[in-house]
Order: sequence, then C-alpha cells, then structure tokens
Amino acid sequence: MSTAEIEKQWTTRLRKRAHGHLPPEKLLPDTQPAYVSSWIYVFGVTTIAALVMVILSGIILALRGPQWWHSSSVGHFVNSTHLWSVEIFFFAMIVHLWGKFFMAAWRGGRSLTWVTGVVTFLTSVGTAFTGYVSQTNFDSQWISTQAKDGINATGVGSIFNVLNLGQMLMWHIVLLPLAAVILTAVHVLLVRVKGVVPPFEETNGASK
Amino acid sequence: MKTKPFRPDVDAPEYKGAYAPYDIIKEGTIAIVVVGLLVVLLATLFGSPDERAITIKAWSNADPIDFATTALGELNGTTITAQYGAPYNTAAPGQNLGPLRLAQFAGVTIPVNTVRDFVINPLSSLPYDRSLSAALTAWKGASASQQGTWVSNYTKGATKMTWSNGIISDPASNTGPVPTMINKLTAMARSGALDQALVTGNGFYTTNYTKPLLFVADGTYLANLAQKQHLLGSQWGMMNETGSYPGQAWLWLYTFWYQVSPFSSSSNADLQVSAVMGLLSLLLLLLPFIPGLRSIPRKLKVYRLIWREYYNG
Repeated sequence: MSTAEIEKQWTTRLRKRAHGHLPPEKLLPDTQPAYVSSWIYVFGVTTIAALVMVILSGIILALRGPQWWHSSSVGHFVNSTHLWSVEIFFFAMIVHLWGKFFMAAWRGGRSLTWVTGVVTFLTSVGTAFTGYVSQTNFDSQWISTQAKDGINATGVGSIFNVLNLGQMLMWHIVLLPLAAVILTAVHVLLVRVKGVVPPFEETNGASK
Repeated sequence: MKTKPFRPDVDAPEYKGAYAPYDIIKEGTIAIVVVGLLVVLLATLFGSPDERAITIKAWSNADPIDFATTALGELNGTTITAQYGAPYNTAAPGQNLGPLRLAQFAGVTIPVNTVRDFVINPLSSLPYDRSLSAALTAWKGASASQQGTWVSNYTKGATKMTWSNGIISDPASNTGPVPTMINKLTAMARSGALDQALVTGNGFYTTNYTKPLLFVADGTYLANLAQKQHLLGSQWGMMNETGSYPGQAWLWLYTFWYQVSPFSSSSNADLQVSAVMGLLSLLLLLLPFIPGLRSIPRKLKVYRLIWREYYNG
C-alpha cells in the first residue's frame, strides 16, 4: 500500500484531524493563562466531580434494583448519596452557567461550547425529573401524576408516559445519562480545543 | 484584504499575557475527593426522604367515602381522567395555544376508559359472587341511557353517602346495579385486590402503573396528603419533595409561572407555561447569536469581579 493510499484512509485522516485540533498538550495542559484565577472556575470541575458521584451512586443502586433502597439501610444511604450528588451537581452547574454568562464565554468561536453546556443542563433537568418519578414512593406518585398534565398538554405525553415506571426508569438510567455524559465529554473537549475565554479588552475602563 | 471589525460580544481578544502552572489531573482528583466527602457528609447528616407509596387499599380503608365517590365518578364520567382528553380518551379537546391543540393532534395513544378499566373489568375479575354477577349482567345488558339514569340517580344521593359496617349506603332510588357495583368495588379495594387488578390487566409482568396512578389521582386522598407535605402546585409543589429537602430547586422558574397571572387562572396554563419555558430555554441556548442579549454581560461588568486580578494589573 502506498503512502498516498494510507494518507487517504479514514482512520489516518481522523487521527490527523483530532491531533491537529487537540494535541496532547491541549488535551492535558500543564499551564493555563494567568487570568484563570477566580473561584468561579472551580464550579466547572465541581460539576464534573458531582456527575462522577451521581453515576457511581446510581451504579450501586442499579446493582440491587429500583426498590432495594426502601428496605435496606445501606440502600437508603446510597440513595441519599445519589440525592446529594444531584443537588451539588445542579448547584455547581448553575453557578458555572451564570459565571460563563457573566464572562460572555461564547466569545472567540466558543458558541458551540455554550450551546453544548446549555443542552447538557436541559438534559440533566430531564434526567433528574425521570429519577424523581422512578423512586417508587409517595414522591414519585405525586410528582408523576402532577407532571403528566404539563407533558400531556404539549403532546409529548403521547409517547413519553410519566406514569409508566418502566419507561421512566429506562430513560433515567440509560438514555438520558448516556446523553448527559456524551454531551459533557463534548463540552469539555470543546473547552480544551478552544481554551478558556480571555477577559474583555478594556480601554480607559470601558470594554471594547 | 479588508479585515472584519472586532465585535466585543462575539470575538475575543488574543491573549498575549503570562501563563501559570496548571495540573488538570490533580485538580480533577481533588474535586472528586472533596465532592465525594461532602456527599457522604450530607447523606449522613440529612439522609433522603422516602414516604411510602400509598395504595388503593390504604386509601379505601382510610377514606372509603372518598374512594366510593371517586369510583362513582369513574362510572359517570366526571373524574379528571374520565374528562381528560388525549392521550387517554377523546372526552375533551385538551389545552390549546391559539389554534394549536398539540395533545389532540398527538392523539389517544394510552387509551383509558374509566368505566371499563376502573370499574367493570376489575369487578369482572373477582371470583363468582351471585349479587355481583347479577349486577354486572344488568349493567352490561342495559342501554347507555338506562346506565346513565342509574348512575345519575345514585350521584344525586352521593352527598349523603354513608359508610357503616363495611357498607356504602346512598339514599337515592332507581339506581339499578350501581350500589352493588360500588360496594363490591369498595370491598375489592379495601382487600388490596383492586391494586393488583389495575396493574395486571396486561399480563403477569408489568412496569406500567398508569391506571392505578390515574385512579388514585382522581380522588382527594392523595392531594390531601400532598397538601400536608407542601406539594400542591399552589405551594410551589413542582420543585418540592416530601420533608424538608431541597427537591428540584432548579425548576423554580417553571414553578414560578404557575403562581402568577395570567397562568395562575388559565385553563391552558400547562401548555402556556411549557411554551414560555420552551422559549426561554431557546433564548438561553441561542444567546451567543442574539444581538443585544449577548451584550448584557459586557454592560453589566460583573466580569470585572471575576477577572479583578487581571484588570488590577
């Protein structure tokens, strides 16, 4: 096989493209611009750390099935860690989102990073909601019977039945987490490709 | 070649300043450890809520009159489910946003006939009972008009319905088989058999609780318990959960719209609020592309707090 043929291979082209956009020093940087020195930057990595905890606690709950935590003190504790991971996840994510808004972090060709972040947030809201209606307790009874009206009114209820435990559980533990994790990965890779947005340039105190 | 003018809300200046050491792996590891410890601490201190699900058995034993009244409503088509419309039935056109009736357009995909699914089928699944069998035969053999007359007469006396010695009594007359059906269904519910009958209608295995949940939600028992747990819509219930837990606080804006006019009194509130939230979500998503909105951060100057070290030199 000639070199020209190898160069035309999909694999070769993909590798070169990936390497061009995201060389190792960009993927795993050892320095960063000096302006990245605010506490607000902590909330991005905190969101990811909380997501890791959400997934870990969710995996443990999945090992024993959806009703284990009602009858086991260990299960109830794992459920509690799942709940608080989610609360921290959303707190950190929302602070992160506001921080990025105030920085206008979409500047400099970073609009797709913003878009993937917002889509991840909306997907996470759906993931949490399907979790709340899959708890198989009073909360899930009440939340599902109330939420059905909002979802049915939009027509979505015709295919997304919040009263169907099996359907909601599948969305909660397979489809939506998969989407959230993939979106988060794309979001983080975009941050690495484009870097952290620089401050506004100001002239005599006025931003330009 | 003409260069494009610099747009401060779209373009970012090229950074030519200093760089500082950054250990991304160490940062991630520390974050996971700290968050992990915080999660364990919060879980240990506060736990998580787990109020047991209510059953139709518990409901009908705690409040047999409410159960019987609801069952009567399912029979005469006056409950929320019976009058719902799509996706359960065609009893109502559903909510609209101008000419848009999205639920109706999507159609009846989860058919629920409250007379058949909540009363007749469960009663028909019971072991043979002479009075029940006679009542069901009379009901099935009657015309719709006759059934309507019986149910209507029974409903007139429903406000004086009493519960004594395991019997629901209604002073109304010319009610045909309705008293027997209501009493047998109440007894079935109190034994726990109705819980099973409603979920096993589609076979041995099931993960679909649509029918029992709709039936339970048609009564007032569930709502009364929810009110005590501050879960009603008027109590910002959409973002709450039982006990003193944060719940889905991120739904505060969604819940907010239900508290204010015109949504608080609108019969189309669910669709209207969904439309408002859909629009706001779209604006958030497309913020980088919307002139004016994307300038807000630059004009607010909160960024000066974030990058204060940078601006202070």
